Amino acid sequence: MSIGHTLLGLLESGPRHGYDLKRAFDEKFGHDRPLHYGQVYSTMSRLLKHGFVEVDGIEAGGGPERKRYAITDAGITDVEQWLATPEKPEPYLQSTLYTKVVLALLTHRDAADVLDTQRAEHLRSMRILTDRKRKGDLADQLICDHALFHLEADLRWLELTAARLEKLREAVVAP
Amino acid sequence: MSPGGWARDLRMGLRFAFSGGREGWLRVTLTAVGVGLGVALLLLSTALPNALSVRDHREKARSDYTYAPTPPPRGDDTLVIADTNTTFHDKDVRGRLVEPEGPKAPLPPGVDRYPARGEMVVSPALERLLRSDDAALLRQRLPYKVVGTIHESGLIGSHELAYYAGASGLADRIDGSQVARLKEYGSPNPVAERADPVLMLLNLVVIVVLLMPVAVFIAAAVRVGGERRDRRLAALRLVGSDSAMTRRIAAGEALAGALLGLVLGAGFFWVGREVAGSVEVMGVSVFPSYLNPSPLLAALVAVAVPAAAVLVTLLALRGVVIEPLGVVRTAKPARRRLWWRLLMPVAGLALLAPMIGKGRGNGDFNQYLVTGGVLLLLVGVTALLPWLVETVVARLGSGGVAWQLAVRRLQLSSGTAARMVNGIAVAVAGAIALQMLFAGVDADYTKDTGKDVQRAQMQLSVPDGRSVTAESARFTATKGVRRVIALSEGSLGDAAWGAESGPEKSTQVTVGTCAALREVAALPTCRDGDVFALSGSEYDQDATALATPGRVLHFSPRSDEGTDVTWTVPAGVRRADSVVDPTGMRRGGFLLTPSALPAKAAAQVGGQLYLSLDPAVPDAAEYVRNVAVSMDPLQNPSVWSATERSRGYDSIRTGLLVGAVCVLALIGASLLVSQLEQLRERRKLLSSLVAFGTRRRTLSLSVLWQTAIPITLGLLLAMAVGLALGAVLLRMTGTAVTVDWTSVLSMSGAGAGVVLAVTLLSLPPLLRLMRPDGLRTE
Amino acid sequence: MIAPAGSLLAAHDLRKAYGPTVALDGAEFSIHPGEVVAIMGPSGSGKSTLLHCLAGIVPPDSGSITYDGREMATMTDAQRSALRRSEFGFVFQFGQLVPELTCVENVALPLRLNGTSRKEAERAALGWMQRLEVDDLRGKRPGEVSGGQGQRVAVARALVTGPRVLFADEPTGALDSLNGERVMELLTDAARSTNAAVVLVTHEARVAAYSDREIVVRDGRSRDMERAV
Repeated sequence: MSIGHTLLGLLESGPRHGYDLKRAFDEKFGHDRPLHYGQVYSTMSRLLKHGFVEVDGIEAGGGPERKRYAITDAGITDVEQWLATPEKPEPYLQSTLYTKVVLALLTHRDAADVLDTQRAEHLRSMRILTDRKRKGDLADQLICDHALFHLEADLRWLELTAARLEKLREAVVAP
Repeated sequence: MSPGGWARDLRMGLRFAFSGGREGWLRVTLTAVGVGLGVALLLLSTALPNALSVRDHREKARSDYTYAPTPPPRGDDTLVIADTNTTFHDKDVRGRLVEPEGPKAPLPPGVDRYPARGEMVVSPALERLLRSDDAALLRQRLPYKVVGTIHESGLIGSHELAYYAGASGLADRIDGSQVARLKEYGSPNPVAERADPVLMLLNLVVIVVLLMPVAVFIAAAVRVGGERRDRRLAALRLVGSDSAMTRRIAAGEALAGALLGLVLGAGFFWVGREVAGSVEVMGVSVFPSYLNPSPLLAALVAVAVPAAAVLVTLLALRGVVIEPLGVVRTAKPARRRLWWRLLMPVAGLALLAPMIGKGRGNGDFNQYLVTGGVLLLLVGVTALLPWLVETVVARLGSGGVAWQLAVRRLQLSSGTAARMVNGIAVAVAGAIALQMLFAGVDADYTKDTGKDVQRAQMQLSVPDGRSVTAESARFTATKGVRRVIALSEGSLGDAAWGAESGPEKSTQVTVGTCAALREVAALPTCRDGDVFALSGSEYDQDATALATPGRVLHFSPRSDEGTDVTWTVPAGVRRADSVVDPTGMRRGGFLLTPSALPAKAAAQVGGQLYLSLDPAVPDAAEYVRNVAVSMDPLQNPSVWSATERSRGYDSIRTGLLVGAVCVLALIGASLLVSQLEQLRERRKLLSSLVAFGTRRRTLSLSVLWQTAIPITLGLLLAMAVGLALGAVLLRMTGTAVTVDWTSVLSMSGAGAGVVLAVTLLSLPPLLRLMRPDGLRTE
Repeated sequence: MIAPAGSLLAAHDLRKAYGPTVALDGAEFSIHPGEVVAIMGPSGSGKSTLLHCLAGIVPPDSGSITYDGREMATMTDAQRSALRRSEFGFVFQFGQLVPELTCVENVALPLRLNGTSRKEAERAALGWMQRLEVDDLRGKRPGEVSGGQGQRVAVARALVTGPRVLFADEPTGALDSLNGERVMELLTDAARSTNAAVVLVTHEARVAAYSDREIVVRDGRSRDMERAV
């Protein structure tokens, strides 16, 4: 995730202090990892350098978190461009799980066990996410759903692989 | 819409019907069997009048008219024929003794040459009977050698027992009744017998009443498999056929079943025709060839049935919107309106009303009015029933779960339920009306013979010239005879019977032993030689006047050449009161003990033997007949019964009974089919209901309610309409209106029995469907 | 074998074949009160058969099922039916609502089967319909409501008798994910609130995620993943 673009976007509604920015970010997007002040500082100074933001004022007491930032026209354009650019789908071609399965087959271990264990672990994560989703608000639900759908995709792959283990064994072990 | 488009869509429907895989075939077959059974019944009823008229013609063609007042003179083209009908084990045997008097004597239909004396030609059925083991007594009675068979043209039924036996010396016995000389067969002056208008009415009503349910049944049969068809039709809409096209395609599918049904129906009819030729109902049998439906009526059936199938389908789809994604029954079907439904039975009554009170004496009933009226009344049942079911079911209150399930289902589709019982309701309404009509006119067609079957069961006359005493003794010695009452009867007049003017006053004379005479009068004392003058008879008023001692009376001669024999009333004549004799009458005139009868007068009285049989001897009547025939081949002792019923009435009643049973069975079968179809549709639901613990009993009970509620309503309506129709018909015949509740209840009971049977028969499949296997989706 | 301690419903070494098709080949199962257990596995693996056996709908060919300390095999069909009526609840994928009854009558049906009066049964039914947010559908017939609403009605019906075990066979199978999740939430919430155990057959991981643990059935054999890990 691009923290720079996110902070820029948050500034579009009006100038904010660095401290406010961090709080707004954490509230809306930082469910897993809250931002450090350092991250805010370094990101903001990079944006300043590029001319995407400008300093709107400084409160007494100093420190970067006391600075008030405002977005520039260039910054707005940049946010627009970012939103308009689709994210590149991530293909995950080099999956650790695939490697584990193939290794299990090559070493004549039980590959189904590997898959089952993984499924149980995935489901455990999904349970936690589902639980959180049920207790949280709409934003929680959407974020958890995103993760859940990814995990579900993994699980589908697990099921498919489990169903094709014999074929896979023939393919990787034989020659 | 062009006719070409119609034809194309119907053809497409036909193709769909046969290309629907196993399920499609099953549906077409079910429809076809239903329609086929209906068609067979239709064909049979169109053939029935024909069969009866063929029978009638054959009967007329072979009749030997023996009542010519002056027999033709003997010639080389004459024959003498004697009627020797007999009965064997309750079956009538048509017997004739024939004696051709020249080479040109006419042959009866179906006979190639006359049998010589001591030989006979027989019908195939009689030949079979004679060969069978239990016909020993009949073989004794007909001691002739079989030399040939009577062909079909000479018989009126495949099971008719008939023979022509050669004889000689018959000419002496010509009497203008039993024996006659003929120049030709067939009625010499055929008179069209005027049909009894009431019998005609009965016939007409029976046919209408039997055919109506068949029509209703055919209408229901083409709708078999409706729900599945709906889904297929939706798929057709999805691929782009418009609504009208879809309907026509559906009609085409129904047409397929109807056409196949026509073929099956013809087959069923053909089989039925052969079967009909091999059975005998109430002593009546027919040859298959009699059952040829009139071509016009058959053609009408062939056109009307498929046309009706198309029409019914289009009508049924009227309230249905076929959408590409499914079939929608018009969300809130218009509430059924009562007025036009009531109009039908009212119109029917209006048609019949002018004929009320017409009775038997005032000429024929208008056939069209009768048919139209009865038809409208019965169609009224089918029109009223859906309204009745809807109205009542909508108001049914709460009850157990089974009741609730049934009532809710009926509320959702009361039309289906009503359609299912329409056939039964119509059949029962018609049958109740007919039963009432029959019961009402029963008295007119059943005559009390007045005979006392306790005292005697058979009667025969001693041939002239035989000794009454000797013959009486022979019968007393016959196996199975308990007692013989021998009475000789004649008449006495106050002047010679051959004289120009004849006697002015005349009375009866009965000769017998004291024991025999006590059967006809109360005699305190009686010795041989006594003479009694009877009083107490209602119509023989002359006896008292003639019973003055010394008066000379003349015996009535027994033949034209007879001499005048006189008898003087003796001084010792005593008065006696007559009692009811075995024939059920109180006679009058004189009673003479044997020695009081002048010897010369013995030929002037005819002996009558009244036989009392031993009920423990099963073949007693056969023994008596054999002895009688050995005494004189022309003898045919009559068997007494307490009542006599008109034959026409009997066969109509039989027809109704057989017809009603057939129709009810047919309707029961179709009910079962649609019931099973409905259950199959709900297989998944049934399984899930069982899964959450519904008792099988609850579900079975709900299936029972589901049929029982509409059936009860249908039967109630049927009773009301049937009673109304019956009352009107009775008033038409001028008979007092009485309700024969037993028959009303028994007909309703038969209808209810069909429902019960259908429910019971659908229980095993229901229980099977309720198995949890229905839950499996994989 | 003795059922795992504290288990409400347990099965041991279940075998069941439909003709030549082996559906269960030594399956194991156990569930505690208040627990939600998902039965997972590819289609045709015997999930539904396991559920049908556990619920006493289909008798297994061999093996034992104990419910609340009682062996199911020794019960008569009538006793098992009574058990299903009073102690179990059922939700299926589809085809379970009686089309001619209104929704509230459908929900009241299990109570009425148990002999509760119509009025009382429908009052209780309405309470459950409120909890499942479908009380406004009370007078509608199943044909007139959406799939998700119908499924919620079905859940209300499954819960109306206060069952100790709720059997759900692909309860969201015919629903989109939003409706499916709502149904799962309502179902598991309701079950937890009454301490009912839920046996949930599903092939969807996101539905299984509403469970406390899962059992995987493959080729008729079950695998309890909690114990395996």
